[in-house]
Amino acid sequence: MVADLSDPMVPSPFCLQKVRKETYDTFTLELEPANGADGFPFAAGQFNMLYAFGIGEAPLSISGDPAKPQTLVHTVRAVGAVTQAICRLKRGDVLGVRGPFGNHWPMEEAVGSDVVIVAGGIGLAPLRPALYYLLSNREKYGRIAVIYGARTLEDLLYKPELEQWRSQFDLDVDVTVDTAPASYRGNVGVVTTLIPRARFDPFHAVALVCGPEVMMRFTVRELESRGVDPENIFISLERNMRCGIGFCGHCQFGSAFICKDGPVFCYAEIQPFFAKREI
Amino acid sequence: MTMENLERMLTEHPFFEGLNKRCLQMLVECASNVRFDAGEVIFREGEEAGLFYLIRHGRVSVETFAPNRGPVIIQTLGEGDLLGWSWLIEPYRWRFEARAVELTRAIALDGTCLRGKCAEDHELGYELMKRIAYVIENRLQATRLQLLNVYDGIRS
Ligand SMILES: Cc1cc2nc3c(=O)[nH]c(=O)nc-3n(C[C@H](O)[C@H](O)[C@H](O)COP(=O)(O)OP(=O)(O)OC[C@H]3O[C@@H](n4cnc5c(N)ncnc54)[C@H](O)[C@@H]3O)c2cc1C
Ligand code: FES
Repeated sequence: MVADLSDPMVPSPFCLQKVRKETYDTFTLELEPANGADGFPFAAGQFNMLYAFGIGEAPLSISGDPAKPQTLVHTVRAVGAVTQAICRLKRGDVLGVRGPFGNHWPMEEAVGSDVVIVAGGIGLAPLRPALYYLLSNREKYGRIAVIYGARTLEDLLYKPELEQWRSQFDLDVDVTVDTAPASYRGNVGVVTTLIPRARFDPFHAVALVCGPEVMMRFTVRELESRGVDPENIFISLERNMRCGIGFCGHCQFGSAFICKDGPVFCYAEIQPFFAKREI
Repeated sequence: MTMENLERMLTEHPFFEGLNKRCLQMLVECASNVRFDAGEVIFREGEEAGLFYLIRHGRVSVETFAPNRGPVIIQTLGEGDLLGWSWLIEPYRWRFEARAVELTRAIALDGTCLRGKCAEDHELGYELMKRIAYVIENRLQATRLQLLNVYDGIRS
């Protein structure tokens, strides 16, 4: 039996199985359907609405492996009432899940190309499923470059996995932080400074970018100046959401709804709105 | 190291991409090939800035001392990058410390020698200034982004 998510407005109960502290304010949660049903399939880049009972709902990207849908994985940064309540949950606690919603990263379209993943801060969470997918289908893609930036070493997500990815010969992983103690042997500088050095063919590459908007703006500029076509740059956007399914209009962005037409957008299509404030 | 080898290395370095042969030949007279072992200090804050470096291989950390935090790295430079412009700007003293993070090979250029040549030959001076201004502009942008704390991102 698959978890019943047939009414997109009714949350299904999921039970918290495991919590891992990633940073001082960010946690990765593993959830399973509370009624013993199977998990539900999802595509890399999609999100769920997670409901902390009695408090409210928040859109959160799925950060687990699309090939392992039984366990639903989310990485949550506690910034306000809902996300703080979600991060306070303990093993065995139940929360409501609606989803999966939205579109996904263009994994099929990227077949045969190099893929460059650029993530900033919590932006690595929605990109991790894409990386899992690429690694499970490694032979279908050219070079894979992962460029990940965070404020400090303490702010890096998925540290054990990052180490493992860095040791893989079929993947280039570059991590950078804004400042570090002198004993640090890794890279220091903003994420955009790694783009000119990353190993991929800009004329045959698809770029997947996620992070705060200002970081994505500068990243896109850097990718373009390396020669990546805006048609091949994809970014994941965030706006306040309520329904998650294109009814309420809360997440409007230009003529699109981020929950339904996004959250992943081809940069060439949203270029006119992207740099504008207030949209 | 022959002059031809040095000239080839300068030509291959992205910093001098597209520079004409006459200018390159003038630069070769001020250039030398250098290497630094992992952990080796390349220059220290406050010292006279006589040379600058074009990194060919390896990585260099640029460090400063922050009160209450001790020595901190503010930037890592790598292959294709330029290290140092204090040789160009009075009082010709390094503002930061630079240390090789791993075995690093670079071309060192003698700043005093270059300043003299730039004063005499304005085409060379202009070419160098143009390239250094580009590097400074990029570093300024990167510093602005660091100040903005771009990873924190408050949603609109
Ligand atoms: C499609 C989509 C996917 C998302 N995926 C994730 C994810 O995987 N993990 C995750 O942690 N978050 C994710 N977010 C962001 C998350 O939805 C918000 O952080 C959450 O809705 C905040 O709700 P709240 O009630 O906790 O805080 P609120 O009460 O809404 O906000 C509290 C304070 O935090 C600030 N704030 C709000 N959102 C953010 C933010 N994103 N970053 C920093 N400050 C913020 C507000 O300006 C306010 O000052 C996603 C958002 C969208 C639209
Ligand atoms: S959240 Fe309601 S339309 Fe997008």
